[in-house]
Amino acid sequence: MSNFIPGQPLVAVVQRIEIKKLRQGDNLILGFSIGGGIDQDPGQNPFSDDKADKGIYVTRITPGGPAETADLRMGDKIMQVNGYDMTMMTHDQARKRLTKKNEDVVRLLVTRKSLEEAVKNSMGGHQRQ
Amino acid sequence: MDTESTHSGYSYHSSRSGRSNRHGDRSRERHKTSSKDSVRSEKSVVINPPDTPSQESPVTNGEPLPGEPTPAEDQGDDAQDDNWGETTTAVTGTSELSISQEEVVGLGKGLHDRTEDFRRYLPLAVGSLVGLLVLATPLAFLLLPVFMWPDRLQACGTACEGLFLSLAFKLLILLMAMWALFLKPGRASLPRVCVYRAFLTTLTLLLTMSYWLFFGVRILEAQDEDYHGIVQFAVSLVDSQLFVHYLAVVLLELRHLQPCYSVCVIRSTDGETRHYNIGQLSVQKAALTILEYYYRDFPLHNPALLSASKHRAAKHLAGLKVYNVDAPGNTAGAQPGNGNQSRAMVTAAAKRKDSAHNELYYEEADYERRVRKRRARLVVAVEEAFTHIRRMKKEDEQATPSDIMDVREAALAIFPSMARALQKYLRTTRRQHCHSMESIQKHLAFCLVNNMSPKAFLEGYLAPGPTLQYGPERWMADQWTLVSEASVTSGLKEGSDFLLRCLDFNLAVTVKGIPYIRLTEEFIDPKSHKFILLLQSETSV
Repeated sequence: MSNFIPGQPLVAVVQRIEIKKLRQGDNLILGFSIGGGIDQDPGQNPFSDDKADKGIYVTRITPGGPAETADLRMGDKIMQVNGYDMTMMTHDQARKRLTKKNEDVVRLLVTRKSLEEAVKNSMGGHQRQ
Repeated sequence: MDTESTHSGYSYHSSRSGRSNRHGDRSRERHKTSSKDSVRSEKSVVINPPDTPSQESPVTNGEPLPGEPTPAEDQGDDAQDDNWGETTTAVTGTSELSISQEEVVGLGKGLHDRTEDFRRYLPLAVGSLVGLLVLATPLAFLLLPVFMWPDRLQACGTACEGLFLSLAFKLLILLMAMWALFLKPGRASLPRVCVYRAFLTTLTLLLTMSYWLFFGVRILEAQDEDYHGIVQFAVSLVDSQLFVHYLAVVLLELRHLQPCYSVCVIRSTDGETRHYNIGQLSVQKAALTILEYYYRDFPLHNPALLSASKHRAAKHLAGLKVYNVDAPGNTAGAQPGNGNQSRAMVTAAAKRKDSAHNELYYEEADYERRVRKRRARLVVAVEEAFTHIRRMKKEDEQATPSDIMDVREAALAIFPSMARALQKYLRTTRRQHCHSMESIQKHLAFCLVNNMSPKAFLEGYLAPGPTLQYGPERWMADQWTLVSEASVTSGLKEGSDFLLRCLDFNLAVTVKGIPYIRLTEEFIDPKSHKFILLLQSETSV
């Protein structure tokens, strides 16, 4: 989320989130909405710090859905889905990755700003010792 | 002194004279009485018959007209003294000015009109004379040899006769061009002669004289036999005259057309401002052009609307009286009396101003509301009146003859229902003197004939129109004075200004040059217009 330089390796603090898909009629839903992608306009993303960041962000969480239960939050940037990198994906490719019919569970690596700050605070405390 | 008569063409003059207790107004009254067309005593009310009196027969009631050709000094003083008792003391400077104006008008009333007509047709007379001279000269050159030494003259060959043809057509064109450009009665009488016209007339006369001189010396005296040469000589004269005419067109007409200066014209009494672009003209010609625009664009000058600010100004000063409480010579207040007093007045005036703006605000809001109310009533009344009248259609021909009216009768029939509302509205906006009953009825008839809506009929009364729309007694076209520091025949320059003075108001004119515009070009390849689509979609998973 911070220090995003296109072409350079990205360092971020991530959280592992596992969401079980819910069956609703004929569909398997996860209960959130995504926005962003390399074919989209990054300037309109309200959740990114760096307005050149073309990653996939969580824009909405259905209340009471599987994503909310799994502690996914609005504004999270999705770094990996089931091991596949999501930082350089088009919007449609990202959607397809998340909605594969033969998968019941998706394991996401998400990052958010509060994670970084938490690590910084704890590390600072550790170093003071 | 009821000024609210609908017949009034001049009642505003008498209303002006009724309020004669103010400083500044006294000089204006003088100017009113001295204006050529409106002659009346200030103590009486004049109710005019529906036909307003013409210029030749002003309404009077027995007092001597300032315009009668008697020794005007005494007359002028008498008219002055009659009113002396009525008014307060006035500044001496203005009364001297006003005496001289009355004097001039009194002296010249009989002569003035004749001079005016004479000056108007002077350019026409000069133009005709020069034109005749110009026409006669080539013909004289051709005919004199034939009459004076016909036997020795060589016969005119083919080329020579061809020249006759060209001479005839060129003369015809020259005559038509002169008629188009010069032979019309002047549209204004300017204070000084136009430099270019004088120059061109002189040039033409000089040209003709030098040709005559040459003809007289070389041809008449020597009795030249070469007729072909003489005809060529005559044709060359006509050519030169055509070129002089071309120069006249360029100097007199074309040079004015390309805009070069932007002038700002401000009316001194109510601040009406207009901007115009004019070309390179002399100051007097520019003043004339501006006056023609004035008559077209500026709304009618209404002195009745200016009295409110004068009231306020007078109240500021009149309400303060300075008393010197200390006995004179007392050392306690030993400052120069004048300085102390004026400072005290200024501070007191500053304190009073706190209530004056409040008053103004509420007064104006109240006035607005009154005007709007009256206007609403007027619009409704007029619309209702118009519904009673309808153009006659085929099926109405069976109606009783008493119902069928012509335009004038129709106007008279519906006029009374709207007359009261219209009169009240005009009184509120202080324009009742501009419209006589007769003129309103005429306008109503005109609107009925042309199938206009009630709104179209009303437009002329809701807003003041240009001065020309009203009768000739409002124009005051002969009262303009050009006040200028630069010579009036010199050209306009950037930053010059002058004043056009009329009876009640001035037009202040300032001149600015139109900037030199530097225009650069930029070429855009039509293929370079390319766009990308920016999406931000949100998908739920």
